[in-house]
Amino acid sequence: MKILKLIFKNTLRHKLRTFLTIFGIAIAVIAFGVLRTVVTAWYQGVEASAANRLIVRQAVSFIFPLPYSYREKIMQLPDVKEVTYSNWFGGTYIDQSNFFARLSVDPETYFDVYNEFVLPKDQLETFKKERNSCVIGVEIAKKFNLKVGDVMTVDGDIYPGRWEFIVRGIYQPKLKSTDATQMLFHWDYVDERMKQEMPGRAGDVGWYIVKIGNPANSSIVSRQIDALFKNSSAETKTETESAFQQDFIQASGAIITSMNFISFIIIGIIMLVLGNTMIMSARERTREYAVFKTLGFSGKHLAGLIMGESLIISILGGGIGVLLTYPIVAGIGEFIPKGMFPVFDIEPVTLIMAALAALIIGIVAAIFPIHRALKTKIIEGFRFVG
Amino acid sequence: MPDIIKVQDVNKSYWRDSIEIPVLNNITLGINEGEFLALMGPSGSGKTTLLNLISGIDKPSSGKIIINGTDIAGLGESALAKWRASNIGFVFQFYNLIPVLTAYENVELPLLLTKLSKAERRKHVETALNIVNLGDRIDHYPKQLSGGQEQRVAIARAIVTDPIILVADEPTGDLDKHSADEILTLMERLNKEFNKTIIMVTHDPHAASKAHVTRHLEKGDLIQEAV
Repeated sequence: MKILKLIFKNTLRHKLRTFLTIFGIAIAVIAFGVLRTVVTAWYQGVEASAANRLIVRQAVSFIFPLPYSYREKIMQLPDVKEVTYSNWFGGTYIDQSNFFARLSVDPETYFDVYNEFVLPKDQLETFKKERNSCVIGVEIAKKFNLKVGDVMTVDGDIYPGRWEFIVRGIYQPKLKSTDATQMLFHWDYVDERMKQEMPGRAGDVGWYIVKIGNPANSSIVSRQIDALFKNSSAETKTETESAFQQDFIQASGAIITSMNFISFIIIGIIMLVLGNTMIMSARERTREYAVFKTLGFSGKHLAGLIMGESLIISILGGGIGVLLTYPIVAGIGEFIPKGMFPVFDIEPVTLIMAALAALIIGIVAAIFPIHRALKTKIIEGFRFVG
Repeated sequence: MPDIIKVQDVNKSYWRDSIEIPVLNNITLGINEGEFLALMGPSGSGKTTLLNLISGIDKPSSGKIIINGTDIAGLGESALAKWRASNIGFVFQFYNLIPVLTAYENVELPLLLTKLSKAERRKHVETALNIVNLGDRIDHYPKQLSGGQEQRVAIARAIVTDPIILVADEPTGDLDKHSADEILTLMERLNKEFNKTIIMVTHDPHAASKAHVTRHLEKGDLIQEAV
């Protein structure tokens, strides 16, 4: 018989209590993993940002457009390699729950600036030639079972009317963090119709995306761009793509902070659950610990018995939780609209944090019972009535 | 025979809040090697406290307890634990077996602190269980044994390391007469055949009659000696 066997036997002494504690830890680890995944998914846009891309938007608000004419002026600045533009189109595809980004873009330059959107050369050429064509991300193609040649009909709201686009390309994400849920079509195609139906809104773009040669120049180029349009009717605010994404996240700051807070509160709850179990176990065994001490077992042995039991429970609970987090996050990802969180995958760091938390909890939860077991004198232990 | 246990001018008090409660008063006692001593006295007379002091699970407030040449009152906790493991076998009133361990595993417990191999441990455990006549119950858990059998497992655990002294606190207090007689017979045998020095606390004059010597304690004083 070895001490490890005794630890296992002690762990299984109250099977229901041990099972419920392991189950509780597993549930808490899953909840922690899911919440952290939501938080990291929120930050995916920032993660995916390129250091050499600047976003130029209207200084007053992102919702106000910029004149198309700004493009040529920006192109003249030193270290600017390419300028493309984009417009939020909105609209509804099939029904309103199908949320994903629908953008009118410059087909000639957009894929040069966003080289993480990988599109076969022949598809890109066809897209450039056909004014009513569109390119979609592979996730959208999968979700709606679309292939090249299919027609996508979008009911416009910002740009009223019925809009039909022929799928001429399906892009693949170059990186794991790349958004593969966008629908991109010709800005010209939309603008042409605006000229006819709503002339006052023609010639505007939503924002410019500027590709620069050296990321170290981003603040200089940003200042130069904003200076170009100072005191104009549409002043600009230029920032790095990362800062631009951060601005979006700031809007949901309270929610993210709450989620972060709750995810760590969960860790505290697990600690209390396991701590309670360990305190009960150690209290029930006060007399047995007195027997062990009488037989010559040292404080180190008793600490090992209690710590071992606590670690077995926490590691089992944490392990089961970590294993189940994968399919549960994947299942939740299926239900969340692709456009809301383009990348909803559990990150290794989340799993490492969950596993480490379970381990630390196992250690911390044993400290008080160990202290009590060591402090209790043998004769007090024998007199103890649980 | 020389005294294997010398208790010299031992006092023991407990503190409750700020009040000192004397339990043993200036006790001096010698116990020969191979002696079977019964400690008797009413509840609260200090007999269990004296047993705890002799067995090294409590420390005197003053005085010396010299066992086999070692003043155990001067040992630190860790040294005292090691000393107990190799010198004292304990038998308790309520057996105090570990419920999740089999009879074999309970008896093996003290040997886990030694450097014996698994095969050597098995030999010692089987020998101890055979001495208490429980060789056929090695895989039984405490709840599968009668009270008398549990106490015999506890005695096997007490002798498995071959200690020089056995201390027994009311070993028959929780047993019926038949089982109690079996335990007392076993203790007599351990004393006679294996030359174990036994100190037994008991309320039962019948149990005490098995001892060579009976000492009485009353209100912390050793008052009588009878052979």
